[in-house]
Amino acid sequence: MLHSLRAYRWLAIGALLSSLLLTVAYAVTPQLFRWGIDRGMAAQNYPVVLYSAGAMVIAAIARGVFNFGQSFWAESASQGVAYDLRNKIFRKIQNLSFSYHDQAQTSQLLTRVTSDIEQIRTFLSTSLMQVISAVVTLVSIAIILLLMNWQLALITLTVVPLSGWLLARFLRRNSMIFRLVQEQLGDLNAVLQENLLGVRVVKAFVREATESARYTSLNQTLIETNMQTIRAIRNTFPFIFVLSNLVTVLVVGYGGAAVIGGRFSIGELVAFNSYLLLLLQPILLIGFAAPAIAQASASADRVYEVVDAVVEIRDRPGAKEFKTCGGRITFENVCFRYPGSTREALKNISFETKPKELIAILGMTGSGKSTIMNLLPRFYDVTAGSIRIDGTDVRDFTLHSLRSRIGIVFQETTLFSGTIRDNIAYARPDADLDSVIAVAKTAQIHDFIVSLPEAYHTIVGERGVGLSGGQKQRIAIARTLLTDYQILILDDSTSAIDAKTTAEIQAALDQLMRRKTCTSFVIAQRISTVKDADRILLMDQGRLVAQGSHEELMRTSPLYGAILESQVKQERR
Amino acid sequence: MKSNTPVVASEQKSNQQISTLRRFLGYLQPYRREIPGALAMVATGAVTQSVGPFLIGWSIDHLIARGNLAGLLQMLALLASIYLLGIVAIRGQILRVGWIMQRLLAQLRQDIFHKIQSLPIRFFDRSEAGDLMSRLLNDVNTVNQAFGQTVAQMLGNLFSLVGIVIAMLSINLQLGLLSNLVVPLMIFTTGLFARWARARFRVTRKTIGELSAKLEEDITSVREAQAFNRVSLNIEEFELLNAANRDANVEAVAITAAFLPSIDFLNTLATAGVLAYGGYLTITGAATVGVVTAFLLYVQLFFRPIQILSQFYTQAQSALAGLERIFLLLDEPNQLQDAADATIMPPIQGEVRFEQVSFGYNSNQLVLRNVSLIAQPGEMIALVGPTGAGKSTIINLILRFYDVTNGVVKIDGIDIRSVTQSSLRRQIGIVLQDNILFSGTVAENIAFGRPNASQAEIEAAAQLANVHDFILSLPQGYQTQLGERGAPLSQGQRQLISIARAVMIDPRILILDEATSSIDTRTEALVQAAIAKLLKGRTSFVIAHRLSTVTQADRVLVIQQGQIVEQGSHLELLDRQGVYANLYALQLGST
Repeated sequence: MLHSLRAYRWLAIGALLSSLLLTVAYAVTPQLFRWGIDRGMAAQNYPVVLYSAGAMVIAAIARGVFNFGQSFWAESASQGVAYDLRNKIFRKIQNLSFSYHDQAQTSQLLTRVTSDIEQIRTFLSTSLMQVISAVVTLVSIAIILLLMNWQLALITLTVVPLSGWLLARFLRRNSMIFRLVQEQLGDLNAVLQENLLGVRVVKAFVREATESARYTSLNQTLIETNMQTIRAIRNTFPFIFVLSNLVTVLVVGYGGAAVIGGRFSIGELVAFNSYLLLLLQPILLIGFAAPAIAQASASADRVYEVVDAVVEIRDRPGAKEFKTCGGRITFENVCFRYPGSTREALKNISFETKPKELIAILGMTGSGKSTIMNLLPRFYDVTAGSIRIDGTDVRDFTLHSLRSRIGIVFQETTLFSGTIRDNIAYARPDADLDSVIAVAKTAQIHDFIVSLPEAYHTIVGERGVGLSGGQKQRIAIARTLLTDYQILILDDSTSAIDAKTTAEIQAALDQLMRRKTCTSFVIAQRISTVKDADRILLMDQGRLVAQGSHEELMRTSPLYGAILESQVKQERR
Repeated sequence: MKSNTPVVASEQKSNQQISTLRRFLGYLQPYRREIPGALAMVATGAVTQSVGPFLIGWSIDHLIARGNLAGLLQMLALLASIYLLGIVAIRGQILRVGWIMQRLLAQLRQDIFHKIQSLPIRFFDRSEAGDLMSRLLNDVNTVNQAFGQTVAQMLGNLFSLVGIVIAMLSINLQLGLLSNLVVPLMIFTTGLFARWARARFRVTRKTIGELSAKLEEDITSVREAQAFNRVSLNIEEFELLNAANRDANVEAVAITAAFLPSIDFLNTLATAGVLAYGGYLTITGAATVGVVTAFLLYVQLFFRPIQILSQFYTQAQSALAGLERIFLLLDEPNQLQDAADATIMPPIQGEVRFEQVSFGYNSNQLVLRNVSLIAQPGEMIALVGPTGAGKSTIINLILRFYDVTNGVVKIDGIDIRSVTQSSLRRQIGIVLQDNILFSGTVAENIAFGRPNASQAEIEAAAQLANVHDFILSLPQGYQTQLGERGAPLSQGQRQLISIARAVMIDPRILILDEATSSIDTRTEALVQAAIAKLLKGRTSFVIAHRLSTVTQADRVLVIQQGQIVEQGSHLELLDRQGVYANLYALQLGST
């Protein structure tokens, strides 16, 4: 964690230096009191009084400057560290392979980038700074006191170990209760939230009274736990305060006697008392910074867990550019198992495409048909076997060039918050409006878009206009068409679009596929979508069980026949 | 004259704050007997903490300077006992104030919860409701933090501030007035910094909001980013937002970092003034060294409470804003009440009848228009139509989540407005799209509508819903603890449990809002079979999204723009070549 500070070492050093000088400026002030009282007032020397008053103002200005420097530089350094860490973790998240994201939860990743990094930042700018300056203050005041009068100093300094001990005991005994309060508050909020989200269910099942009772009892438990913390506070802090009060009494007693005995001046006594006020603060600060250290290191662990995660799918050394595609894609004995899974998702898949071929992949949910197409752009790497394009293993291409030549329309459409134009131009933000319109026409969505009040500038996504599943899919198709694809993959991309429009898209795409692409893949569950393909690959439980044209498969594959029959029957019903 | 409006606005705002505060103080009402005691403790604690310098200063003049050691020891004994009294008072204060505040906050949370239960469903249907709700949890936390632990401390500081001022003025009026001259300056400075800081923090909130939004979007769509080679562009955009956030924070901290030094400076000005003028007074003999010493200690003591109070001020501001929103919620009108002479709904046979029913959320915009329908006991009715056509409204009216605007809804010939809501809903089962489950065990979730059900009954319901075997495969079986919203169960598993939950209450009328999202094939088969069992022998209304559902239904009602435009069996409607046939071709036919 401290390592990340290196880029901001000058800011950090500036903050530390300010903090040291601040301590000095603080320590000087009581000496000015002493001077003003002993040499000024007691000695009836008015100029000295004025000098000491003036020096005090100067000391205050110095304190102000150093105080500002300390917080400003510490904050700037910590903001810089947070900025670097966020960039680092974000870059990593963006580059981590699909298999990582399959297992990671979005909310957890979000927490790491936001609150965990903030936790680290606060630690650096506040807790760490506080501890350092508190230690410096404690030590320097102790030295000053010892120099002024060592007997009095020893009496005074007893307050440090005693209150330190009280505080440590408090934290040790009660950290669990504080955590418990947080947990119980979380439980309570969870019930509240459930009742918000599930309000219909609660009302329909006439559960109001029971839910109320549940909430009340959790609320009651929370009060009790909170009271425990309050009792713990009551049993610690008043004692710390009274300790410092009693030390003051001792100092005045002992010091007073010394003044009477002529061994000490009144000014010194006053200065001594002022230092007492400065002594308690650092102890409390150190005590409260302790749990922050634990929290921050837990946060740092979580952040570095992501930052240090291995990107499994990377360019091989010497990987070359994928420039043009001849259309011969070879799957040779491809096996694949999802990380963490025990079952093979693909077993010994082998096939080869011919240039300009339109391949359909058909199968039920879970048959592995989408998995095949995730291997081609290397979203995952094969477990065994190999995939080649024109004889070159896909792992020997650079990822960037490979993926930029493969256009894929995912099964589920993600819309980004922004305009429709932005959404279509996702992969090519600099595309001009004409090319955006052209692909929208091919995807049969142009007419719909221009019917919207703001046409291509209509905001969609979370805060924008809601679109139907079919409209979303067509935008996704347009988005893909705008890329430099030579291989096109449509993963069940028309499932939410009505039959008539699908046919129109299909017709437009067919032309395009034949003209622009070297090979196209259509993944589908319904036979009606795939029957015009040059070749249909039939998948069942991870195996390629049959391939051929619609007519061939009708003749040769019993499974194909069974699927066809069930789908036709369902339609007829 | 440009500045006119903000002034008016801020006046309104402070009026609003005062009324919010007053209402919050109303929560203290039940504790009016405890409050004087608690306040007395706070005051005693503050006095014992601020009397010290006074006595020490006096001792310096009258005892130490005159060499009266015995007197000094007596005085110190007195001071020590005052401090010991202080510890008792402070301990009492922490406990009493804490006790009152904890109960007060618990009451506030309880009120919020009750309010949410008694709000009409309409409230939750409004679009801005979700927004308000997400803020609510936040607000409750802010209020907890601001008023939970710190209130006693604040009161104590306030008291010591007053105590210090009184002590100073009574020791020496001139010096007292001189050192208090800075107080208005401090207040002014605090206000000034607060205003600057607010403006800066608004920017930081905005930038962090943009950063989080970008982050969330880019994490959820990481697959698209990689497939479309957007990664480096995303990183660039993120770094820009990240830098903007960093810069905004650094700018904001420039303000906050300057605040305390400024207050410190003003405070030192006062100290230096006391020293200079006090020194003059001692030299002329108008004051003693002890008086000046006491003053110097007081002026230093002055600084801390002001510093703490000003920090609390910002916290209190956001807490007040939170309270304001909470009270806004508490002021929402309640749901429809049972009629005064409402009776208990007798056991339902299952005939549901809509007679000329119209309904609108507001009277000039009807969502349902003149809908009449009769469902015979045991009949399965499928509701079909585009989003927003009024399907959910029909269901909401049967459950009496809303009252009809015109016409009447009758079950077994009884107007449902004449019976109690609980006796009506107890006999109606629902299975909703989102299958919301609650934190608790699986068994508790199934027994949701009948918390006292026996284990055997729960298992019987689970068996009927085809989920018994799955539950047994869980690590703790029926006692497996589910998290929020039923985590970690899959969509399909949650659906099965919510079917069991409906089975459990053995409803006479069943309402089913079919899930649109697809679940895996095996679970889907279990769900279909379970639903078929559940529907048997019950009057049911199904918002249908699946072909298999409409084909099973005894009757399909096609709803369009708030009206029933066609009804009949699936095949009859297909033959009619009307709206339904069209809808079928467009939507159902394509999947």
